[in-house]
Amino acid sequence: MSFPTPSPHQPIVIDGGRIIDPAHGVDRIGRLLINEGRVAALDPSDDDCPDDAYWIDAQDRIVAPGLVDLGAELRQPGREEDETIQTGSDSALAGGYTSVLCCSNTNPVIDSAAAVELVIQISQRVGGVRVFPIGCLSKGRKAEQMAELAILAEAGAIGFSDSPQAMPNDALLKRALDYCRMFDLPIFDRPEVPGLAEGGVMHDGRVALVLGLKGLPTEAEDLAVARDVRLAEATKGRLHVGPVSTMGAIDMIGRVKSRGIPISASVCPQNLHGSDALLRTFDSQFKVHPPMRSPAHVESLQQAVADGTIDAIQSGHMPRAREKKGNDLELAPFGAATLETTLAATITDMIRTDILSWSRAIECLSTNPAKIAKLDAGTLGIGASADVAVIDPETPWTVNASQFLSRCQSSPMEDRELFGRVTHTIVGGRLLFVSVEDSGTIVAG
Amino acid sequence: MDTMTETSPLPFPSNWRHRHLLDLERLQADELFAILSTAERLKRLTDGCRRKLSLLSGKTCANLFFENSTRTRNSFSLAAKRLGADTVEFSSAGSSVAKGETFVDTAKTIEAMGVDWVVTRHQTPGTPHLLAREIGCSVLNAGDGPHEHPTQGLLDILTILQHRGPGDWTQASINPSQLLAGKTVAMVGDIAHSRTARSNIWGLKSLGANVIICGPPTLVSPRWEEIGFEVAHRLDDIVDRCDVLNLLRIQFERQHTRPFPSVREYAALYAMNGARMQRAKSDILIMAPGPINRGVEITPEVADGPHSVILEQVTNGIAVRMAALWLLSGACENASSESNSRS
Repeated sequence: MSFPTPSPHQPIVIDGGRIIDPAHGVDRIGRLLINEGRVAALDPSDDDCPDDAYWIDAQDRIVAPGLVDLGAELRQPGREEDETIQTGSDSALAGGYTSVLCCSNTNPVIDSAAAVELVIQISQRVGGVRVFPIGCLSKGRKAEQMAELAILAEAGAIGFSDSPQAMPNDALLKRALDYCRMFDLPIFDRPEVPGLAEGGVMHDGRVALVLGLKGLPTEAEDLAVARDVRLAEATKGRLHVGPVSTMGAIDMIGRVKSRGIPISASVCPQNLHGSDALLRTFDSQFKVHPPMRSPAHVESLQQAVADGTIDAIQSGHMPRAREKKGNDLELAPFGAATLETTLAATITDMIRTDILSWSRAIECLSTNPAKIAKLDAGTLGIGASADVAVIDPETPWTVNASQFLSRCQSSPMEDRELFGRVTHTIVGGRLLFVSVEDSGTIVAG
Repeated sequence: MDTMTETSPLPFPSNWRHRHLLDLERLQADELFAILSTAERLKRLTDGCRRKLSLLSGKTCANLFFENSTRTRNSFSLAAKRLGADTVEFSSAGSSVAKGETFVDTAKTIEAMGVDWVVTRHQTPGTPHLLAREIGCSVLNAGDGPHEHPTQGLLDILTILQHRGPGDWTQASINPSQLLAGKTVAMVGDIAHSRTARSNIWGLKSLGANVIICGPPTLVSPRWEEIGFEVAHRLDDIVDRCDVLNLLRIQFERQHTRPFPSVREYAALYAMNGARMQRAKSDILIMAPGPINRGVEITPEVADGPHSVILEQVTNGIAVRMAALWLLSGACENASSESNSRS
């Protein structure tokens, strides 16, 4: 299937859309000119638009900086049965993402310059979403000694973490926070005390009690968040806590933030859009991490996103192959594909319900994550890299994970009706994704 | 050979629609009544589960057990054979996982051999529910981890009804949700790891009984109260007002950490012994799902005493399993004849 696509260096005019750029306080109908890979002009006149420009009619659509994800597993190298950088990139572009921080839990793990460079090289060959490797925090992800953080940073790592694995070694985390101050790169911690969470399958609440399933108690997260925020305060290191999923975590993060401690925090869609009651089906699609919590936690997390206690919504994309998810609930791994549903879930459950404004939503999905990771992204300011998502905010669709571009076909949003789809995704001035409705194909690569 | 004329005193309950028996939590009182009254009739028709009928001849029941079991497995096999069905045994404790085959694959393989029911036991909650979605034949849950063990719950309740139910309880004159009204039943012991408890409580509650969940706080979550059950932590506090005590075994094999300091201390707090019998109602019923740990949850004088119905429970196990097999099979046939008549 083909449609007229712009050549890689052709200017693009996105016309008549609602331009939302929280970084510059912009939220109005307008016209955006992209030239030579950068945002060239806001509201250029017809005369100022190059004659050879490719036009996108964005009437009734949102024009936003491309989304930035603080941590998706892309699984390559070594876990290609779950996802590859190519399929992960396709999935990200379809979800409106233009930059993705990828987790260090590949095989081999990303604890060497060679591993960082390999991921960057494959991403460049794929030529899709921008991929930024997170280096391991500990050598071999063993939580015993620091990885060679400076060497990893030199090779291109944009931060450090053993996430989604928890960091059980308090002294190591403190040392690393201290050490990282010399390159001002963030450490990402997924807070959990492993001893309290051991063997857990789902949120430790009434539903787990009735189903006889071992629980992941909220205090396992709360205790780790307490440690994290105190260590960040003590070391003045750059710490990002997330994803978080409990009221206790929000409470502590809110309190240290009010004292001016510069930590940041994020939450995953599964903790904003559904509760542990879904596990009553015993369907492993709902076995995700952090686990889906009880409705009271969900409501608190939604409010925390709205009031700024939580800075970012991250996809929590943890793709796992069907043969793994097809096991019983204890053997099936945690994980699901979320890159293609995060934006629509946010629109459906947060924007349409008036919990978030569009501007705040884009801030949480793009502007803030870019700031946390210190990326040249998350804004549509003149001269910024032209990473843009064009969004149809109204069209309803039903989630069918078997049609995901991700290799993973498991979704905690399966069969839900969501509103809003990405119609165009532009990375560095190149139009890399156009929705089926608008073209019938992907143009990436 | 027995003949089908024996089926005439065995009416098929018009409200029974289920093709699977997965848990008791989601069964209504009238559905519980349908199984229990059918079990009672089948027990009588078979002279106390001893004689053979041919209600299910030509059908095959597969036992697919991923956990060790002797009692439940044999009880299901006997139930199937008493009604004329064939049985086939699959023992897969750990081995299929080791070979990389998922349990769904194993079940589909067995289904392809042409069985009518799969009776399954698995260490993980929800596996029978997953199987029921994946395979076409009837699935009976014979225990899914600590979640449910519906036929155990049913046989316990049948035993209670036989001793403490209204005299004519199998007649439909009584509202099923009032069958055990006014009766207090305590589940005592390792509630946290007990599928027997998780089946009993729902069935008992649906039939109107007052249910007490009793055990140390490390094994009895306070959330049970939020869900609507009475919680007690000392047997001495409740023993004088119970009509039935169901004494659960301590499941050492499921406990990763010791939830109480010693077996001696547990027995001091929770063992049903002669002294506690003195304080109990004169007609108290003593039950245990077995195997029992003599001297831990129950002393020999009580286990073998006149109030104990532990061996009757075993016989009733065959009765409720016969009823379950027959009802699920009938539901399948009704469903297929309905779809045939429509087409």
